[in-house]
Amino acid sequence: MRLRSLLAVVSISLVAASAARLEAQSPRAAAPYSVVSADGRRTVAAVLVGEQEMLRLDELAPLLQLTVREDRAAKALTVSRGTNAAVLSLDQGLASIGGKILALAAPPVRDGSRWLVSPDTVSRALAPIAGVRTDVRRASRLIVLGDLRVPRVTVQQEPGGPPTRLAIDIVPRAAFTVVQEPRRLLVRFDADGLDVGSISAGGGLVESVTAADPVTLVIALDKTFGTFRAATVPVDSASSRLVIELTAAGAAAPPPSTLARAAPPAPGAAAPAPPAAPPPTAMARTEAAAPIPSALPPGVRTIVIDPGHGGDEQGTQGAGGMLEKDLVLDVARRLRSMLDTRLGVRVLLTRDDDRVVPHDERASIANNNKADLFISLHANSSPNKEAKGAEVFYLSLDGLGAEARKMMENPDTRPVPVLGGGSRDIDLILWDMAQARHLSESAAFAMLVEEELRRRVEMSPNPIQQAPFRVLVAANMPAVLVEMAFLSNAAQEAQLKSDEFKNRVVQSLFDAVVRYRGRVDGQGPSRLP
Amino acid sequence: MGKGPAAFRSAMAVSTRTVALALVTAGAVVAGTWATVQYVNRPARGPAGASAVAAKQPEAARRIKATLYYVAADGLRLAAAERDVLFAEGASEQARRIMEAMLEPAPDGLASAIPAGTALRGVFVGERGDAYVDFSAGLRTNHPGGSSSEILTVYAIVSAVTANLPAITSVQILIEGHEVDTLAGHVDLRRPLPNAPQWAQKGTT
Repeated sequence: MRLRSLLAVVSISLVAASAARLEAQSPRAAAPYSVVSADGRRTVAAVLVGEQEMLRLDELAPLLQLTVREDRAAKALTVSRGTNAAVLSLDQGLASIGGKILALAAPPVRDGSRWLVSPDTVSRALAPIAGVRTDVRRASRLIVLGDLRVPRVTVQQEPGGPPTRLAIDIVPRAAFTVVQEPRRLLVRFDADGLDVGSISAGGGLVESVTAADPVTLVIALDKTFGTFRAATVPVDSASSRLVIELTAAGAAAPPPSTLARAAPPAPGAAAPAPPAAPPPTAMARTEAAAPIPSALPPGVRTIVIDPGHGGDEQGTQGAGGMLEKDLVLDVARRLRSMLDTRLGVRVLLTRDDDRVVPHDERASIANNNKADLFISLHANSSPNKEAKGAEVFYLSLDGLGAEARKMMENPDTRPVPVLGGGSRDIDLILWDMAQARHLSESAAFAMLVEEELRRRVEMSPNPIQQAPFRVLVAANMPAVLVEMAFLSNAAQEAQLKSDEFKNRVVQSLFDAVVRYRGRVDGQGPSRLP
Repeated sequence: MGKGPAAFRSAMAVSTRTVALALVTAGAVVAGTWATVQYVNRPARGPAGASAVAAKQPEAARRIKATLYYVAADGLRLAAAERDVLFAEGASEQARRIMEAMLEPAPDGLASAIPAGTALRGVFVGERGDAYVDFSAGLRTNHPGGSSSEILTVYAIVSAVTANLPAITSVQILIEGHEVDTLAGHVDLRRPLPNAPQWAQKGTT
């Protein structure tokens, strides 16, 4: 057979790489591997043959849609998918794929009626045949199939305190949200799964840190826990570190400049230790003295929340008397509080009381503060009292005509003279066209809002729509308008009275902002140059 | 950029001239309109090319079949319904008849998208295919609010005019003769809006 002669020639130079025959040794059980794919997470059994770790091929093959056939004459296993095939030698750790020979840690081993293969056989021979990106992480006993985001997460509690500090390293970096629940914090990652590494935490205000579900870490807290701050520290382009600082109830909160809203400290200024707290350890001091950069990458620093209507302009009214203007102000304040405390982002409301605010003034507040996102909050109404569900809108250019489309494609750039001579190009943006060039980002953000809302509240049959909305037209940043529910529906009005429902809406918007932030972070600035 | 009151006044002046011209010459705008209107009783004095002229009837009895728009049963979209509407000479007069029909009670199973207590003050057609439909203050003061309701009101009006009068491509809603920002705080009404068929369900009722 050609393969056998080819293998024989190559094997002379690869004797060192090929493993000893393993059939003679009986397999011993080893910790299984987790396989994460778009279909979810499952386990694949692993055994030790001698010192070599081996995986069950009959469990792996279906996940990669591979067909396995033994060729006794050639002393080889043929693994194929469609027209792609790999021939694995049963004699030596060698495989032939498309005429190329590669060395493997061990040849396949028969275990009763099953075949066992080495982990590197999976990544080097089986994955190329299957055409599926396969990431075998032996240290974590994890195999990631397909283009999934499964960051490795390790947790380290810093010695000393108060305050108690947890450092969570995330590789590669992933967006996350920190949600406070009674006696615990949930760190939910925007990922398809987590590769949880070492967790070294406990003591101080932390009782334990555990992985609760595929994408969430749970930090169980001591009953004396009071507040927390979270901030990310970029480690390098590929990884980031989340620092969570926990303070006991009644203790002074750490100065805001050290975490979350990190303004650059005055030169040489040491971060003050919380009063009445014992002196921090040297390590904690070192950490505290170093300014932790803002939790937000350059893309999203300022968010304007626009509670619709106000004053004499009441918006719609529920059958039970609830006024849209009051509801949306309540929700806006809740959202501000969550964004402010958990992301350290600057949040502005277009109104923080019950008054009329003209549409252009709402956009001005966002534009003049260089907001990176504009979220207008509303409650809906329909002649059909059964109509229900949340809807997310972004601007349509209906009615703005050709000018807006032109603006979107080609902003008007003109040279203007500058002090001291010369000129510089600036973009002239017509007030009423400002939103046109942010439409694709607005659409992207609207989709994230819709996805997050859908996880928590009922959606209308038309969950994402475009409309020529007055308040969105002049916003010079990605902008959406959210109709959280139908006040005209008595059952929805009753829901809107509950803190629980309002908090679900707020959490959805918060998570959408975090996900959008991750998107912007990955793609550069949210604004066009 | 936007049409201020001055622009609106000139649009009115232009539209008066257009109608006058049209009446005399059966000009392009009106001919275009007529050609696409389905006649129930064909007018005796139709545009050139209108064959099979029916027996001459009194002006008041002439009706056209027009597509009107109402709130669909789901409360989230518009439903189109064919109704007989009085025939009128000229695009603006025909648009007025259509709007008057829209203010009448909705067919069974549908709801009117225009709040009760709304009166039509007038319809004017500009020279660029834009129409200005002027309502009494009731359209705004009686409006229940909410994005969906407002969208349905605005596009019921825009759709009814543009669907039946192809010479008209966009419609601006006025209140008591004035431009308005919005009806209920959402839809930008500062310019004529083109029809947006996505708000209507497919097919007619």
